[in-house]
Parts: sequence; structure tokens; C-alpha cells
Amino acid sequence: MVATAKPLEHTLLEEHEDPRQHLMLDPKPRGEMNAMVMDSMHTTSWKFWVVAILLGLVVLLCLFGAWGYLIAEGLGVAGVNRPSYWGIFLVNTVFWIGISHAGTFVSALLRVFKAEFRRPFTRAAELMTTFGLIQAGLSIFMHMGRVWLSYWLMPYPNERSLWPNFHSPLSWDFLAINTYLLASTMYLFLPLIPDLAMARDRSKGWRKVFYRLLALGFRGTEGEWTHLRTAMNIFAFAIIPVMFSVHTIVSWDFAAATRPGWSSTIFGPYFVVGALQSGIAAVAMVLVVIRATMKNMKYFLRPEHFDAMGKLMLIVSMTWSYFFFNDYMVQWYGGDKFTQMLLEFHEKGPMGWMWFAMLICNVAVPFLTLWNKKIRRTPGLLFTIGLIINIGMWFERYIIIPISLTINRMPFTWKLYKPGIEILLSIGTLSFFILIYMIASRLIPLVPVWEVQEGQMAHGLRKVGKAVVKTVSDLE
Amino acid sequence: MGNLLAETSNHKWGMVIDQDLCTGCQACVTACAMENNISFVGEVDAGYGRSMHWIRIERFWDGEFPDVKATTFQPVLCQQCGHAPCEPVCPVYASVHSQAEQTNLQVYNRCVGTRYCANNCPYQVRAFNWRDFPRPEPLSNQLHPDVTVRRRGVMEKCTFCLQRILKAEDAANAESRQLTDGEVVTACSQVCPTGAIIFGRLDDPESLVSHLVRDGRAVQLLEELGTLPSVTYLKGGSSYGRNG
Repeated sequence: MVATAKPLEHTLLEEHEDPRQHLMLDPKPRGEMNAMVMDSMHTTSWKFWVVAILLGLVVLLCLFGAWGYLIAEGLGVAGVNRPSYWGIFLVNTVFWIGISHAGTFVSALLRVFKAEFRRPFTRAAELMTTFGLIQAGLSIFMHMGRVWLSYWLMPYPNERSLWPNFHSPLSWDFLAINTYLLASTMYLFLPLIPDLAMARDRSKGWRKVFYRLLALGFRGTEGEWTHLRTAMNIFAFAIIPVMFSVHTIVSWDFAAATRPGWSSTIFGPYFVVGALQSGIAAVAMVLVVIRATMKNMKYFLRPEHFDAMGKLMLIVSMTWSYFFFNDYMVQWYGGDKFTQMLLEFHEKGPMGWMWFAMLICNVAVPFLTLWNKKIRRTPGLLFTIGLIINIGMWFERYIIIPISLTINRMPFTWKLYKPGIEILLSIGTLSFFILIYMIASRLIPLVPVWEVQEGQMAHGLRKVGKAVVKTVSDLE
Repeated sequence: MGNLLAETSNHKWGMVIDQDLCTGCQACVTACAMENNISFVGEVDAGYGRSMHWIRIERFWDGEFPDVKATTFQPVLCQQCGHAPCEPVCPVYASVHSQAEQTNLQVYNRCVGTRYCANNCPYQVRAFNWRDFPRPEPLSNQLHPDVTVRRRGVMEKCTFCLQRILKAEDAANAESRQLTDGEVVTACSQVCPTGAIIFGRLDDPESLVSHLVRDGRAVQLLEELGTLPSVTYLKGGSSYGRNG
């Protein structure tokens, strides 16, 4: 492998800067990093178990208990009514699919573009994709009137020769989400194989069996690495269009309908950016929590990573504002009578506070805070901003779905939506997400050691004249 | 545009509602509920926008009390669109077009309850079974045997009293004759005390509905959406001066 040194932009070290504050310039031997990651998986304090048991109880009660009650009683126990036939269940679906977008974005897109700061947390982001999609799927099934017949959405040969209706955006949605779930799980698994093999060689008992099964006999030979790299490269490129298509198709559920406020040609990219807005903020939140609660993570996750995430959040927030304004402007200028009433209802209706809160959370807060390097590098503050952005994005979906459904072309039927059992189920899905993430954090190496090491080997310092320059060798 | 071509097929059922004659008495709403085994949802659910009527009387007024000027009553039921927004969005083909009657059918057994059709219906005339609403003893005896009883989680809507259409067609076929105009009446049309709801075949140019459809007062609901409704309204407020 030929290593060619080339200066990066802004690579000149400042006078008093310590190069070791960068993970890539603060290398440790492979064995030590392996031990650190293994150690972080094995260490659980009593707080971990208390939180896990509490979350488990919440999941049992709020997710499975409430869902069982919902199935037994019918959707009457939820808040949906005429005209808001869709409520928080679909808000949660769109929200969780949005969360799941960040994993692919952070991992695949940054991998393809060789953004070096991604290295320590691609895994953490990919896990969010898969686990977020599980919550999105659950929320869709909660929303269905007869969930026990949901397999009818699948195209399977049957004696009645009945197929799903491929004209329906919901059918596209079903196929898109399934494709994304399968692809993202495989994409999570491929870069995980070397780390599973590493864990297999360093554990005993049931863990050994678990990792041996999952590692598929990976030994780290030249040939295995070549194949793995090829596969990862293919997936990294292929999953990006899948990611864009999924949220575009989700947006078509709304954009393809004949409803004021919904029929918008810009909904596709607007939803994709909205997904990134909440998703990247959620990744930042998860990183803060991982760093604060897991052992040895302060070495892998550093202020420079929060800095980079903060910049991404700011850029995406600007993009979201652009799309929001673009959508609003055209809807308003169109002057359609019912759209006009809808826009007025958004701002001056009983839920007007939510519309303004959405703008404050998604535009004002990120714009006013994230330009500041100090704020970006403070984990606690970044966590708070991420939380605010996520609340804002949840509000955005709430405004698009139940609030916009309130206004239709038959004013006689206008009725405000009030959530019922949906609130419990929302808490349930959130707890379920946190719970499986917690369990996974103790079973799956959260930091891709091989990827970090690869980066550390490629980075170096060089002297050009009297200046010290950070260098990175191009491996591919 | 298969739906447009289908406009010219043999039996096209249609309805005309004269808003000048409608008194808003709600007899049609009651008759429809009796005929079609519609559940009674109770006060609380009805107040929350979950009443399940297949036909409703929309009542609007101008101004604030006491200077209220009532406008005409507007009975709204499924418009049996020729180009229906509810049909393409159903992922399982529960909402389909009937080629024989030129109406929109809802296949209860196939419905999985995504409620997309109801969202996409510009007239908001679909009713969802939010629960299994109780039907205590005497009520259970009045169920119409020709009409399916729906369970929770299923969408339903006006069928133009399909059971009556089929029964009359069968009778006519058995006697080897054509259906005569007025032979099929829907439940709402049958009970309307002022005769404001008229039902018949639009493909027969001599039927009463066909004559009325050509009336100068004839309008269609949300015509601009291009849904090609089978229900025509004779707009009120001019001829008999009910609001005068």
C-alpha cells in the first residue's frame, strides 16, 4: 500500500495546540484499544441495571400492555377521529424513520466522502438506524385498525389471487421501509464482523459462543479483508439512494393525497432534510450519553467529534429552514382557499403555540447557539440543543399530520385531534429504543476499533519549514 | 383513464338532492342507519367526531347569534365518484370500483384499517369502526339480514343501498324485463318526506334523475377536484325562498 502524504485544509497546527487532543493523532496500540472496548462492554454499574429494569417495566406496561389493550378495544381508545384519521402513531413513524436516517447519513455518506471525524462513532449511528426503524415499524402496526391482518400488505401468492395495490403510496412505503431495514441491518453487520471476531478472541463462556456465531469465522486474512472492504464499499454507496428514497416515499404518503397543505411537490427533499435534522441531533445526544456513562469512551469520543456534529446540525438546520420557507412560501402564495385557512389555523389556531415552538426549536435555537465553538464542544449543551431540535422536529410532524388533517374541504367536519392512548405508546416506543440500545451497548463493540486504528495509522504530523502540518495518507 | 371510459357503461346509478326541498329533518340519516346496520356510537364518541353516519345533514349559518341567517341544508353522502381519490390509495384493494353499478365499493373483509381512504376523501364521508359498539338486545333484532355487520378496525361508507339495487335487478332479470325508473329507491330517498332525494339511473336519459341533472340549478360538490361525483345537488336558496 503506497502512502502519499498530502496536506489537508486547515491542517496547520496552531502555536500552542496539542496534537494529542485529536483522536487520530493520539494513537494507542491495537491491543490496548481492543482491551478498552472490551472493558467498556463488560463494565456495568448498578445504575445500568436499575435503569434497564425500569425501562423494561415501562416497555412492558406502556408498549405491550397498552398495545394489547388497543388491539382488544379498537382504535377508539386512541385519539384519532374524523377528520384526523391519522394521529400520533404516524407522527412517531415519521419521527423514528427520521432518527434512523442519521445512522446511514453519518456512517455511509461520511464514509464515502472520507470525513475522518466519523471513525469512532459510525457503529453508534448505525445501531440507531436499525433500532429506530424497529420503532417506526411498531408504530405503523399500532396505527392499523386490524393489525392481525397486516400480512395482507405483503405480496405473497395466495389462493384468492389477491395482491396488494401497488398504486397506493402505503404499499410503496411498506416495501421501502422493509428494504431499508434489511439493507441497514446488513450495513450494520458488515463493518461489525472484524470487531465481533476481536471480541470472540477475547471472551469466554456464552459470550464466546455468541460472538463466534456472529463473526462467521472471520480470521482477518488478506483475502477476507479484501472481500469485506469490497462489500462495505458497495453497501456504503448503495444504501445512500435507499436512504433518500425511504423518506421521500414516506413524504409521498402525504404529498400524493388530495389535501390542502399536503399536496406539495417539495415534500420529498423537505422530509429527507427533516429526517437528517432530527437524526443527526439524536446521534449527538447518544454520543454524549455514551461518553458520559460508558467506560473508556472519553478516549474515543472527544470534543472535536461534538464540534463536528454541531457543525453538521447547524448546516442541516439551515437547510431545513430553507425548505420550510420554500414550502410555506409557495403554499401561501398559491392562495387556495382551504390552504389559506390551514396556514391560518397553524398559526392562530388552538395549537398555534406548537407552530411557533417548532420554529424556535428548529431554527432559532440552532442558529443562535451552534455557531459558537465553545457551545459545540460542550457535551451537555450539545445534548440539550439536540433534545430541543428533536422536540421541534416531533412538533413539525405533529403539525403536518393531525393538525393539518383538522382542516379539510368540508368545514362541517372540522374537529381538533386530542391524543389518547397514543401518549403511553409513544413513551413505550421511546423506552424500547433506549432499552435495546442499552442492551446492545453491552453486547456489541460500540466503537469500530479497526476503523479507528486505520485512521490513526493514516494520520501523522510533518514539518514543513517550521510549521507542523497534520497529514493523512490516502489509503484507497 | 379507465374510469372515464367506464362512465358510458350500462348501469350508472346516480342521485339528485334538491336543497330547496330539504328541511334538514334527518329522516334520511335514521333510515340509512336502520337499513345498513350502522352502529350507534354513543354521545361521547359522537361528540368527538366519531359518529358513523353514512349520510349527514350539513347545516351552516351566516353571522353571529341572534342575527343568524341560516343557509340551506346540505345532505352529504358518498358521492360515488367516477374518479375516486379513495380507491388508488388503499394498499390492499379494499376500496374498489364496481364496474357493474358504477359505484365505489368498500370490501369490509379485506380492509385492514389504514384509514388512508378516509384521509384522501375530499367529502369526508367515510366512517371508521373505532370500536365494537354494543348492540343490546332489542337493537340486535333489527339487523338487516342482507347487509354485513362490520367489526372494529374496518372502514365503511354509503353503498347506494347496493342490496336494494341487486334485489331489484334480480327481480327484473327473473321476469326478463328492464328495470323501470323508480323501481330502486335507496333508504334515504324512500323516507325523505319532501322528496328532496331522488335516485335513479343516469345512463337512462329519460329517468327523473337524468332530467334533474340537466336542471340549471345542478351543481356538484367540489367539482373542481375532478372526482366525477354521481351525486348532483340542486342548489337552494332561490326557488322557494325558504330562507327569505
